[in-house]
Amino acid sequence: MIKEFLSLLRDKKSRVVVVVPPLVQLIVFGYAATFDLTHVPYAVYNEDKGAAAQDLLAGFRGSQNFRESAVITHEEEIRPLIDHEKVLLVLHVGPTFSRDLLRGRPASLQVIIDGRNSNTAMLALNYVNSIVQSFNERWAREHGRRGPPARLVTRAWFNPNLESRWFIVPGIAGLLTLVVTMLVTALSIAREREQGTFDQLLVTPYRPVEILMGKALPGFIIGTFEATVIILAAVFWFRVPLLGSLIALYTGVALFLLSAVGVGLMISSLAVTQQQGLLGAFLFLVPAVILSGFTTPIANMPRAIQYITLLNPMRYFMVVLRDVFLKGSPFHLLIGQFWPMAAIGIVSLAAAGWLFRHRMY
Amino acid sequence: MRMRGLVRKEFLQVMRDPSSIAIAFLMPVVLLLLFGYGVSLDAEHVPIALVVEHPDADTASFTGVFRQSLYFSPVDFFDMRAAEDAMKKGLVDGIVHLREDFSRRLRTPGGAPVQVIVNGIDANNARLISGYVEGAWSTWLRHMAGTRGTSFGVPVQVEQRVWFNSELRSRNFLVPGLIAVIMTLIGALLTALVMAREWERGTMEALMVTPVTMREILLGKLIPYFVLGMGGMVLSVIMAVWQFGVPLRGSLPVLFIASSLFLLVALGMGLLISTLSKNQFVAGQVAIIVTFLPAFILSGFIFDINSMPLPIRVFTHVIAARYFVSILQTVFLAGNVWQVLLPNAFALLLMAGIFFGIIRRKSRKRLE
Repeated sequence: MIKEFLSLLRDKKSRVVVVVPPLVQLIVFGYAATFDLTHVPYAVYNEDKGAAAQDLLAGFRGSQNFRESAVITHEEEIRPLIDHEKVLLVLHVGPTFSRDLLRGRPASLQVIIDGRNSNTAMLALNYVNSIVQSFNERWAREHGRRGPPARLVTRAWFNPNLESRWFIVPGIAGLLTLVVTMLVTALSIAREREQGTFDQLLVTPYRPVEILMGKALPGFIIGTFEATVIILAAVFWFRVPLLGSLIALYTGVALFLLSAVGVGLMISSLAVTQQQGLLGAFLFLVPAVILSGFTTPIANMPRAIQYITLLNPMRYFMVVLRDVFLKGSPFHLLIGQFWPMAAIGIVSLAAAGWLFRHRMY
Repeated sequence: MRMRGLVRKEFLQVMRDPSSIAIAFLMPVVLLLLFGYGVSLDAEHVPIALVVEHPDADTASFTGVFRQSLYFSPVDFFDMRAAEDAMKKGLVDGIVHLREDFSRRLRTPGGAPVQVIVNGIDANNARLISGYVEGAWSTWLRHMAGTRGTSFGVPVQVEQRVWFNSELRSRNFLVPGLIAVIMTLIGALLTALVMAREWERGTMEALMVTPVTMREILLGKLIPYFVLGMGGMVLSVIMAVWQFGVPLRGSLPVLFIASSLFLLVALGMGLLISTLSKNQFVAGQVAIIVTFLPAFILSGFIFDINSMPLPIRVFTHVIAARYFVSILQTVFLAGNVWQVLLPNAFALLLMAGIFFGIIRRKSRKRLE
């Protein structure tokens, strides 16, 4: 066992690769990965001279989310601005805007938006709507207009300001833990196979279980260390609230590492060359990340793919992380997430151990 | 022709190890199928709790909108406690709460408040859901206005026109983005280990004593993998258009040129990793770290680059996938917009030049 550690730590390049990038990546991704839009560039095409239009547009100018980057006077200017991605949207106030508004007819604000990234477009439209809505409320109040018969009072639980960073950063903790574990385990046996040292190991008096332990432990320990650092950074650097108990969190971490190490070793013992090991690592890693609910909700996936995600240990870990961080879920509510990870871990470790013996070529 | 012999050797090597073929052809098909269907930001059938304290005709007309909407699959609750419990357990993603006095206050000048609670854990999804609820609410308002024959004072209406993707289908922008991510992986995976393998096995020394030049060795490595990679790219485009129905508004030659440029960069990155590390194990680890996650998170494929803080925005310029995502989204959805395509293509060309320049410098014919 000590030998495994040494072989990992002795190689200086390998050591740097395992420790430094995850921390850099946490910081970079933690800031990069956000669905909150800021400074959305927009252009104004105002054909109305009235004060009401100015009043409405001031709402956009005062918003953190928007940045006015062009004022245009002709309709033909709209297309090049959007085509060339100079602005995301154009606000068009027609010539009759103020008149309609004062006469009590519905005045319209036309929004032309670049739909190339439909999620950004949808979010930006939501921001536009909320600015217009607050203008409407103010206008109705100031002009003694009757409001709508029912109005929505919306609150968000668990994340009142809907900061997507609170949701993404715990996810990144899971992501990087998985990557590091894969790094340590997925190529380890394939390398020994290629170099022939694995056969030597098999003829020593160690039992397969002991060899398995020796291979699994470094991944486990490095993964735990990595996860701890990332969780600390999430709490103290990114200020994500950690409401739940550390016991629940670390049970999740341990079980997730068990399953990740298991899958990594299974890939590694299946592969004959390191090239195949690397391919296997990617073929597991990429779907595991994308189908984990990290960025796109599992509920949006078609049924068949939702079933596939049940095999993905990352999926359960994401729920554990987010529930413990933001909801403060108690231990017993998470058991439904714990046991599948344990099962995946045990099955894959057993498979890896079996493959040690039986995959001789 | 020495070159031909080298290329032939590499081709044979590729053919013998099935993993390269699998990378080039199997990976794009499997990943695109999984992700093309699996990655979607369009929520449908959101489970939502409807809490009606005092059911009558007015509340029925309000909840009716939710029941008819494709976006929701409503669950009825009769008290708030049970609904809150369901939300804590994650059974519903939102609660719409109509109080006892809903009908009475509908007729007062102030109007009736409708309490909406959304599960904010997934902030992005929460925003979409509250947008859907607003949509349902305004449908109901229009309906009420129609039956009562009055218009309710909505002074300013937003009239939206979405260009390039009028139904706001997230698949239309995710699939081109996925192609960029997948091609990054393929390019790097194909070449990340090849040079390191030659060094490790000692065959590099054998190659060195032959009269071939380093340039020829590198080209010999590059050509077969380039052909494989383009094969994967063609497959991906075919699937995007026919399987996922993403419109292809730009022209094929433009797409082809842009893809070859990007593939050069991706292969170059793999070769560079391989040349610098000279060790398959480390090369493999570096490839895992520098390709997938940066291409996934920093390329603008899913997270908007303009909303990132400035230092990170600057940093994204070294991610090749960033340029390719922008090119692909434009070529697929908008057409041949040169002002977007040319700068991005130029950036790719520059990156390819830098990568191969470093590779050339680092892989002189010499032993240490």
